[in-house]
Amino acid sequence: MPIVAALARTTLLEAVRNRLLWLTVILVGAAFGFTQFLNQVAIAETREIQAALLAAPLRVAAVFILAVFVITSVVRESSDKVTELLLSLPAPRSHYFFGKLAGFAFVAAILALLCALPLAPFAKPSGLALWTASLLCELLIVTAMSLFCVLSLAQVVPAFAAVAGFYLLSRSMTAMQVIAGASLHDPTLTDRIVAAIVGLIALLLPSLDRMTQTSWLLGGAFSGVLVSVFGQTAIYLVLIGSAALFDLYRKNF
Amino acid sequence: MTQRSISGVPRAVIALLGLGLAIQVALKTAAPQPHASAEDLPPAPGIAVLRLASFGEPVALAKALMLYLQAYDYQSGSRVPYRDLDYDRLEAWLGRILELDPQGQYPLLAASRLYAEVPVEAKQRSMLEFIHREFLLDPNRRWPWLAHATVIAKHRLHDLPLALRFARSIQLHATAADVPPWARQMELFILEDMNELEIARLIVGGYLQSGAGTDPAELKFLDQRLRELEGRAKAPNK
Repeated sequence: MPIVAALARTTLLEAVRNRLLWLTVILVGAAFGFTQFLNQVAIAETREIQAALLAAPLRVAAVFILAVFVITSVVRESSDKVTELLLSLPAPRSHYFFGKLAGFAFVAAILALLCALPLAPFAKPSGLALWTASLLCELLIVTAMSLFCVLSLAQVVPAFAAVAGFYLLSRSMTAMQVIAGASLHDPTLTDRIVAAIVGLIALLLPSLDRMTQTSWLLGGAFSGVLVSVFGQTAIYLVLIGSAALFDLYRKNF
Repeated sequence: MTQRSISGVPRAVIALLGLGLAIQVALKTAAPQPHASAEDLPPAPGIAVLRLASFGEPVALAKALMLYLQAYDYQSGSRVPYRDLDYDRLEAWLGRILELDPQGQYPLLAASRLYAEVPVEAKQRSMLEFIHREFLLDPNRRWPWLAHATVIAKHRLHDLPLALRFARSIQLHATAADVPPWARQMELFILEDMNELEIARLIVGGYLQSGAGTDPAELKFLDQRLRELEGRAKAPNK
C-alpha cells in the first residue's frame, strides 16, 4: 500500500503548490466580508441572513473548486504521461485509483473545514458540525464522480460538463419528480415515458438536495439526518468508485 | 484505441459495481415518492430576490416557478386538490410570477381555472379578487381570466353584485379592438339577471349611441336586445 499513500501525498502537495488552498482562503475571506456588509444592511434576522448567504455560495464554490481541481489535475497528469508511468509500476491499477481518490479526499476535507470556519460565529455548534460533515460527504461524492468522468472522458470540457450536469440534476431531481408527478391532464404515452425516464435517472442519482442544508445552521430539526447522509455517501462511493475502476481496468493507455 | 476485454476487470470490481448499483436502486426505491404537500408551500420571496435568482432570465424563472407552484397539494384522485393551500401565500407567489413575466398568462389561467375552482367559498372569493386586481394592471391582455371569474361569481358563488362588478370592469377597462363583444356585454346579461332592466336598457342604448361598436352583427344583436329590454321594461311585472 505505500504507493497509495505516496499518490495521496503527491496529490495533496499538488493542491498546495497550485495555491488551491490560498484560493479557498481568499474566497472564504471575501464571502465573510460580504456577510459583514449584510450585517450593516439587514434590519432583522441578521444572523440567519448572514449564515444562509454565506453557507449556500460556499457550498457551491467548494464543489466547483474541487471538481475543477480533480479534472485538471488528472488531465495534466495524463498529458505529461505521468499516468502511464504510474500505471507501469508493479501495483494493480486500483492502487492508482485509490491513491488519487485518497489525495483528493484530503483536499475535500480541508475545503470543507475552511468553508465551515467563517460560519462559526453565526451557526449553532451541533448544526455546524452536521453541515460540515455533510459538506465533506457531498465533496467526496463530487470527487469520486469527477475522477470517474475524467478517467472515462479524458478531456477537461466533457468531464466538467458531465460533473456539472450530475451535480445540478442531483440537487434538482426531487423538484423535477414533483413537477413530473403533477400533470394536470390525463397522462399520454409520451408523458408516461418521460416520467419513467425521470424516475430511472432519479434512481441512479444521490439525494444531494437533502445534504448540507442551510436550515441545519439555523437550528432546524436534523435528527437521523447524519445516518442517511453517511449511508448515501458510502453507497454512492462504492457505486462510482467501482464504475471508475471498471473503466480504468478496461482502458488501454 | 480499443478497450480491454471485460475479463480483464477483477471480479471483485464487477461484484462491487453490481452491489453498489443494487443498493443505490434499493435505497432510492424504498424512499418515499417526493410530493409537495400544501403545508410545504413557503412564503413567496421578494421580487428583488427572485430577479437576482433569475440571473437575468426572469421569464424563464417565472415559467419554472409556475410549474413548481402548481405541483403543491396536487394529488390526482384521492381528494380535492389545492384545498389545503394557504391562499395568501399562493396569491403572493402568483403575483411575483406575474411581476417576473407580466406577459405570461399561465398564472391567471391557473388562478381562474384551478385555484378559484376549489369548493371553499372564502378561497374562491380571495382568488377572484386577486384576478380582478391583476386584470386592472393589464386589462386588454388579461380580460379572459376576469371573464371566467365573472362566470364563477355568477354561477358558483351566486353573487350577482360581485359578477356585475367584474363584468363592469371588463366593460370599462378592456377597450382593445380584439376584445370580443360578448365579453364587453357580460354586464348587460348580469343586469338582466338582477332584473335591473332599466339600467341594462340605458347601457345598451348608450353603447349604441356612442359608436364604440363597429361590427354590424354586434350592432344588430344589440339593437335587437335593446328592443327586447324595452318591451320587457314596459310589460307589467308578473
